[in-house]
Formats: sequence, structure tokens, C-alpha cells
Amino acid sequence: MSIQIWSYIIVGLSFALYIGIAIWARAGTTKEFYVAGGGVHPVLNGMATAADWMSAASFLSMAGLISFMGYDGSQYLMGWTGGYVLLALMLAPYLRKFGQFTVPDFIGERYYTQTARIVAVVCALFVSFTYVVGQMKGVGVAFSRFLDVDFGTGVLIGSGIVFFYAVLGGMKGITYTQVAQFCVLIFAFTIPAIFVSIQMVNNPIPQLGMGGNLADGTAMLAKLNQLSTDLGFHEYTSGNKPRIDLFCVTAALMLGTAGLPHVIVRFFTVPKVKDARKSAGWALLFIAILYTTAPAVAVFARTNLITSIDNVPYDNVPSWFKSWETTGLLAFEDKNGDGKIQYYNDSNSDFVNSIADSKGWQGNELVTFDQDIVVLASPEIANLPAWVIALVVAGGLAAALSTAAGLLLVISTSISHDLLKKWLIPKISEKNELRAARISIAVAVVVAGYAGYNPPDYVAAIVAFAFGLAASSFFPAIIMGIFDKRMNMQGAIAGMIIGLIFTASYIIYFKFGGGTPDQYFLQISPEGIGTVGMIINWTVSMIISRLTPPPPSDVQEMVESIRIPRGATGPSLH
Amino acid sequence: MEEHTHKKYWQRNLKYLALLLLIWFIVSYGCGILFADQLNEINFIGFPLGFWFAQQGSIYVFVILIFIYVRLMNKLDHEFDVDEI
Repeated sequence: MSIQIWSYIIVGLSFALYIGIAIWARAGTTKEFYVAGGGVHPVLNGMATAADWMSAASFLSMAGLISFMGYDGSQYLMGWTGGYVLLALMLAPYLRKFGQFTVPDFIGERYYTQTARIVAVVCALFVSFTYVVGQMKGVGVAFSRFLDVDFGTGVLIGSGIVFFYAVLGGMKGITYTQVAQFCVLIFAFTIPAIFVSIQMVNNPIPQLGMGGNLADGTAMLAKLNQLSTDLGFHEYTSGNKPRIDLFCVTAALMLGTAGLPHVIVRFFTVPKVKDARKSAGWALLFIAILYTTAPAVAVFARTNLITSIDNVPYDNVPSWFKSWETTGLLAFEDKNGDGKIQYYNDSNSDFVNSIADSKGWQGNELVTFDQDIVVLASPEIANLPAWVIALVVAGGLAAALSTAAGLLLVISTSISHDLLKKWLIPKISEKNELRAARISIAVAVVVAGYAGYNPPDYVAAIVAFAFGLAASSFFPAIIMGIFDKRMNMQGAIAGMIIGLIFTASYIIYFKFGGGTPDQYFLQISPEGIGTVGMIINWTVSMIISRLTPPPPSDVQEMVESIRIPRGATGPSLH
Repeated sequence: MEEHTHKKYWQRNLKYLALLLLIWFIVSYGCGILFADQLNEINFIGFPLGFWFAQQGSIYVFVILIFIYVRLMNKLDHEFDVDEI
């Protein structure tokens, strides 16, 4: 059977499963809608959190990025996992004990002011919305490539599915659907990796295989280092970027992870404080399966790619090369007219002057090489059966849909709970609040679908925003709210605003304002500046809070009480 | 009296936090970034060690740290009689 037919079957089956679960897990109350009734088992919650966290970017783009960056790609691996340690140790149990629905709830009550709550709501909306647009685009790309529908139809089908189970089931429907999506995506990511690992290094565990030996006895990583330096790239296992930048980007991603509202809200859904801690552990364990496989996929794919195309006559290229060329994500231009593909680093002037020129090469001839191809094409490059490739498509869709649904829920909760119930119309009945939540999720799906169809070309730059802002605003405000009883409204608000303005202006200057890398502050790129923003926020808050009166005694008592697990109740509706 | 035990409970919690976060920092920022070049001289199951910490080892340690914390805290909650009923 062809890849096409397999894709229809596997994707069709997985969608039928998601819809079935959504009908089974309909939400009847706001509590079920916002936090799945607060009764989700920690292992299941861990799976749902993992699916929520691993987006189309983790599934499709990350391994590709790493295969181009080598060691420098470690920033994503450590950055997007290490934050869970902070979550489990410093946030999840206390926020669960606090026992309300959202991050703005916590900020609003801890800093006893509506202003702080509104700042938090606006940040939550901004972060979630920019994120969800990227997911909708991912859905569109995956559908259009493999089901042979156009991009718009792909976005439409994806929005339709998310609409169905998010509006119907709220957090309850989303959580149970995400459990299924986790299984689909993790299976889809690891199966091809295992196949390739057996093929290349005869080891069924990719995590070990990437350190193994090839059939001819040479070590895998040594071989890849050799291939890379032969083509003028830096050694795969050692880095190219300044260590301070690597440090700051890793830290910003970790702190940002721990401050992202759609991740934090997950820990409101478990029954007990004990479960919130455990649940973060399970979530990271499930995430680690993908995050430790990805670097192996990157190593295998990079080696396979170089050996199968470098200096190969264009007429003899493998069939996958031609099929990706038609998508425009891969392009060859025979610059020196010798009919062969020369793929090398033509921005490395030493290499160009000493080697490339003497061989008559006139520039890198793979003029376009989109890194997103790596995960999608690597089963094809390794000649795996058609059903494996179809599985990868279903996995990519599961990753994009699960993340989109989680984010859309945060958006609707922010609107119906934080804005309407807690600010504009406090007297709203539960039935109307639930209706408002459903309407706002519906509107959010439509808007996000439209934005995904016409994505603003700064989507990638905006990811730096989401993490930088979460790291420099939410993270310190929540941590200090728990660990520093003396922290007050003045300190927290001043810190959030200054951290936010500093981080945002740095990112805007370098991403949109024409700043160039040689102007970087201490060589720190915009992706890593959130770390500096966090430090500024923290310092400002500390100083201001010591110069202003301490928080009222009922707030101090609340801080005392969230530090002790006993007495945790379900999220209350007051 | 109750306030006193709560204070002690909180201090023990902070001690655990400091210890676990120190390990967290050493494996990722220490072994994976700051000392990666030196560790890369060492070969570990086919990997340069610094590279292994950055792309594999630190992640395994993260998972283990959380489960250790869960165990420590469950015991501590019980010892101070503040666990959920």
C-alpha cells in the first residue's frame, strides 16, 4: 500500500479515537471545564502534560535543529526539560495547595491587587496566543504534505477537530484526549528511531546507538565529526557559539518553561499536593523519552544525509530528494556545472580558500535546506516501510493538536474566569460562566485558525518572546510569592514591569529593529535575554519590597498555609 | 507550638531544595556547558563526556531528582504530620 493510503488509515483511526474520548469525557461544570474536576490520576496527568508540552516544534523541528547545530542544540534539550525540576520543586505543590484555577488567580491574590491580576492575564493571553498560531500552522503543513489537501483545508480540518473536543470537554476532554495523543506521538517518534538505530549501528536503543560503532567499526560520533569537518562545518560534538550565550539561552528556556501558564495549570488538575509533585516527575519522564531520542535521530539523520547526497551526481539522487524538492523545502543549484551535489559550509572562509576552491567548488549547492525535513524524511531516507512514515504523520498531528488544545483552554479560561468572573462581571452564574468559556474557546479556535492560515512571518521570533517574557515576568513573581513572605505588591509589580520592558525591548530591537549580533550585550542573543530580565526583575523586587510596607497579615497567612500540604481542597468557586 | 513545627518543616524542605538544585545545576550548567570542553576529553560509552551530559545525562538526572524529591517530601510530610488525609 502507498504512503498516502496508510496515512489516511492511521490518521483517520487516531482522529476517531480522539473524538470518541471527547464524547465520553464531556464537561458538566466549570470545575470540570477548567481543571478536569481536579481528579486526574498523576500518571495520566503526566502523560497529558507531556503531550501538552511537546508541540509540533518538539516533534518535527527540534531533532532537525539539533542535527544542524550539533552540540549547540543542547540548549533546547536541557532548556525544555530542566524547567520541570523547578516546577516540581518550587511551583507545582504550592500552587496546587493554593487551590484555584489559574496563574493570574495566584498573582492577583498573593499581591492583593487587581492590577497584578490584569498584568498577568494580558501576559498569559499574549504568550498562549502567539504559541497557538504556530501550532495551527504546523497542523496545516502536516495535513497538506501528506494527505494531499491544500494548506487552508488542512488548517480547517485541524481547527474542526480541536474545536469539537475543546468546546465539548474543556480541560476534562482535553486531558483524556491528550493521554491518547501522547501514546500516538511517542510511538511515532521512537519506532522510526529504533529502526534506523538497528540499521546503522545494530543497537535497538537509539540513546545508546548514537554512541555505538558503525558496521565498518568506526565510532558513530567520530565518523560524524569527520564528515562535518571535511565539509567545513564545526565538529558535531563541540560547540560553535559563545558559552555565555548557551548558558543564558538554556536558563531562559528553563525558567520560561516553569513560567508558562499552560504548563502550570496542569498541576491544578490533580487531587492532592503529593500528586502535583509526582505528576511533574511523570511528565518529565514521558517528555524525556522523546528528548533523549531526538539527539540520536539528529545524529543518524545528519550522517545519512551527508553520505547519501554529498558529491553524488544529481541524476542518481535517491527518490526522497526529488520528492522534497517539489515542496520547495529542498533546492539544488548546480553552481559549478559539474552535475554533482556539493554540500558544504561556504561561509567558512578558511575552508573555502584552502579546500573548496582547489576542488573547483563554487558555493554550497543545496541552496535551500529546511531543517523541518529531517524528522519527516528520515524514515524515507532510511528506506523504512510506508506504514512507519504514515505513523510519523499521525504523530506530528497529535503533537500539534494536543498543544493547540491546551493553549486554547488557557485562553478561554483567561477570558471567562480571569476577566469576566474575577473582574468585569463577578456575579456571573456558573452556567453562564461555562457558556462564556465555551464561546471564548470557539472564538479563539477561529481566530487562531485564521492566523495559522495567514501566519505573520515573525512567528519564529515570537517564540523567543513567549519564553523570555514568561521567564522575566511570571517566574520570579510566583517564586518570590511562595518563598519570600516579605515580598509585597509594590515590589512584585515593579519587578514584573521592569523585567518585561527590558526583555521586550531587547528582543524587539534585535528581531525587528535592525540590531545586529555584534551589538549583543555580553554576546547574549535575544533568545537568552530572558535570563538577564529575570535577574533584573528579582533585584528590583527585592529592593522595592524592602523599602515599602510588608504585605497585609492575611496574605502572609496565606503564604504560610500554601507551604504546608495538609488541608488542600479542590479548586473552590468563590 | 504548631507554628514552631511548621517552621522546622519548612527549613528541612529548603535544605532538600538547596541540595537537589545544586545537583541540578552541576549536571546541566556545570558538566553540560561550563566544563564540557574538559569533560569531552573523556570517552564515556562512545560519547565525549561533556557532550553526553549536555544531550543525555542531564535529562536522566533531572527525572531522577524529581522522584527523589517526591520520596523525601512524602517522608517529611509524614514525619511532621502535615500530610494530606
